[in-house]
Amino acid sequence: MSVGLTGERAPGMIAVFGRATIHGISFVGDLTLFACQFLLRCCLALPRKRLLLPSLYSIGVQSLPVVAVTGAFIGMVMAVQSYDQLRTVRMEATLGTVINMTLVKELGPVLAAIMLAGRVGSSIAAELGTMKVTEQIEALRMLGAEPIQHLVVPRVLACVLLIPLLTIFSDAAGMAGGWVFSTQVLGVESVHYWKHSEEVITTFDVCGGLFKSLFFGLAMSLIACHRGLHCEAGAEGVGKAATESFVLSFITIMALDFILSIVIASTQMFWFMYWYRTGTAG
Amino acid sequence: MVLPVILDPLLELRGVLRRFGTQTVLRQVDLQVWPGETLVLIGESGCGKSVTLKLLCGLLPPTRGQALFEGQPWSARSEWDSQRERLRFGFLFQGAALFDSLNVFENVVFGVRQNYHLAEEQLREIARERLLEVGLPFSVCEKKPAQLSGGMKKRVALARALALTPEIMLYDEPTTGLDPVMTDVINELILQTRRQRPVTSIVVTHEMSTVRKVADRVVMFHPVSRLGENEPQVIFSGTAAEAFVSPDSRVNHFVHGRAGDRLQELAYA
Repeated sequence: MSVGLTGERAPGMIAVFGRATIHGISFVGDLTLFACQFLLRCCLALPRKRLLLPSLYSIGVQSLPVVAVTGAFIGMVMAVQSYDQLRTVRMEATLGTVINMTLVKELGPVLAAIMLAGRVGSSIAAELGTMKVTEQIEALRMLGAEPIQHLVVPRVLACVLLIPLLTIFSDAAGMAGGWVFSTQVLGVESVHYWKHSEEVITTFDVCGGLFKSLFFGLAMSLIACHRGLHCEAGAEGVGKAATESFVLSFITIMALDFILSIVIASTQMFWFMYWYRTGTAG
Repeated sequence: MVLPVILDPLLELRGVLRRFGTQTVLRQVDLQVWPGETLVLIGESGCGKSVTLKLLCGLLPPTRGQALFEGQPWSARSEWDSQRERLRFGFLFQGAALFDSLNVFENVVFGVRQNYHLAEEQLREIARERLLEVGLPFSVCEKKPAQLSGGMKKRVALARALALTPEIMLYDEPTTGLDPVMTDVINELILQTRRQRPVTSIVVTHEMSTVRKVADRVVMFHPVSRLGENEPQVIFSGTAAEAFVSPDSRVNHFVHGRAGDRLQELAYA
């Protein structure tokens, strides 16, 4: 057991683990209460246009280029990585299916959410954190504005409303990037590229991806606002809030992706069974 | 014979204890603020003066004890009620706490816009009047807080606090970081505010010129960490003149700005 500068003994491994567990559980509880407060405030009153529009602009319009560029590169990387594998089994014509299916179901929503967590989430946490350490949150309360209603509701709503659109852009940019690289560089026939995709990808797959993105946007924006409003004092506290916001959002997006993928896959299976039964019965 | 009118305190702390984590900032504090008076809170940094202000207006809950406004504890009011009652307070924050993303006009009319549905022309008139009251031209309206000097920020923050015509004004170190002239300007504005409307004021300050100029009553706090087990945290309550001749060496050293034995105490702390 090591001894610190002030002569205090450093806590042991079990104590550190115990502390981290308690901290984790109380964070989840606190975040859940925060989400409930957000829902309550949403039900009481929707944000004013004056507050919502700037959030929509900064979260949606300003995130578009970064989401589109990342999406396009991911589409091209997918083409590079998948082409060799498919060529060995002489199935390079299905390259479009692999790229588009992966983009629509997984990479599009996840990438858009991660880019949003990095660009918007950290910025929200830093902005609210700075407002907290400079007493602006208390000033809001003294002037009759409720901080969750005034600061959290417009930001979270803007994220939840716009993340499906950003996902669509991410999907589209990825598809375009993959298609250009596959057809112009790797020599895959454009007709095959799209035809196979059309045969395999269903509306359910596209909607499933967009459905997932709603949860990613909600979780990411709530975490960012929560970290900002619980920011510790000073510049270090603001930096920590921004970092925590991104790291926690990233982990949550991945965990949610896993859970939602299982839920969507199960739903899809039941949907097909229902469709098959009614189809044969008819 | 004129009988004295016995008033109930407007604001009150009863046996208040306030902790932040493991650190106790206020211990068993009792304080009354009477309607119409200007109370000045003094004391060393970290003795809980700003926390007291926030407890009095319900921004912070006490860990133990009660903070009352007009005889009713803040804890007994609903969130909605507390929010509405706080509109009767004006708070000038230590660092001005202007909203960075808004310009001066939007800052000044923020509270009015938030709580009342007024036409843009009426809002402009309110901003013009309040800015004039604190000695700023209307042309400053388009500027962002980052473009203002420290004194201007404090004056804009005062204009913002006054825009809702508060009955109680709370000033948290209103002159900290300002030059002597601007310090006197802020002191004059505190007096002017009191002359123009029947306002109860509580001023937290380290500036003795402010104490001399504006105080009806002075209350001095002492840090909990330097108190004995049963010693009260409020070590002085009286007029400004009494504070300057106090026999208590802690009060005397503070108001005359003498270090005394503090340097040795700090070295061995």
